[in-house]
Amino acid sequence: MNDKIISLISGVIFGIGLVISGMTNPEKVLGFLSITHNWDASLIFVMGGAILAFAPFFFLLKNKEVSALGAKIELPEKQNIDKKLLIGTALFGVGWGLVGLCPGPAIAALATFDPIIIIFLVSMAAGVLAKKKYY
Amino acid sequence: MHNFTPISALIGGIIIGLSVVLYFYTTGRLAGISGIFENAVTQSSKRLSNILFLIGLVIGPMFIYYIISPNEPITFEITHSYLLIIPGGFLVGFGTRLGGGCTSGHGICGIGRLSVNSMIATALFVATGIITVFILQQLGVYL
Repeated sequence: MNDKIISLISGVIFGIGLVISGMTNPEKVLGFLSITHNWDASLIFVMGGAILAFAPFFFLLKNKEVSALGAKIELPEKQNIDKKLLIGTALFGVGWGLVGLCPGPAIAALATFDPIIIIFLVSMAAGVLAKKKYY
Repeated sequence: MHNFTPISALIGGIIIGLSVVLYFYTTGRLAGISGIFENAVTQSSKRLSNILFLIGLVIGPMFIYYIISPNEPITFEITHSYLLIIPGGFLVGFGTRLGGGCTSGHGICGIGRLSVNSMIATALFVATGIITVFILQQLGVYL
């Protein structure tokens, strides 16, 4: 098992989870964001389930020196709550609300072969590159 | 809440969480999709691993759609308006990288780590998402 195979397998499992959870459907995500009309709280259960599965393992593993494959454990550096965090996440939420797609489901949506998703992903890549260039 | 599906949402969520566990346990990295996407798009270390994760993210759904339940229609309802798709995609890409994470990086990994930053970030993107959908509904774009 190396890093590449495990990355592929992790992606497959993540993608299967997304489909089962219903989060691959933008309409369902918009249903969660639509609190005043036909609110669909399912997304809370998706996030809650994922957090419940991950958190205990994280606290079990975080103080290890290296991962099971011998790689360095990479944790995000402690950061202050700054303008970048606030403006960035606020803008992300606006984009999320415009279409109902966040990065995971957007990539998983390639499996539907709907060509509109290519336009979304190219725009998303442009956003990533713009951030890289200007910040 | 006639579309509410808590059981499948919870099961799917746990599977997503286990993928994050597997990835963290083996590679030592947190599975934030926007970060993985950035590393796959821009040239940095572990590029091939990141691309393979994203390929897996497409293979997983394909496996369900075309092999497990080929007779069931794919539920994928999305706007086809470029006025929503293009700014939507751009803001998701730009915003997640400026803010350091998305629904998985902040919402799952971050809250799972009990990071206060990620809790604030998640509350904020959910809030602006709700406001955006509310405004679009008032404009008659979404019902």
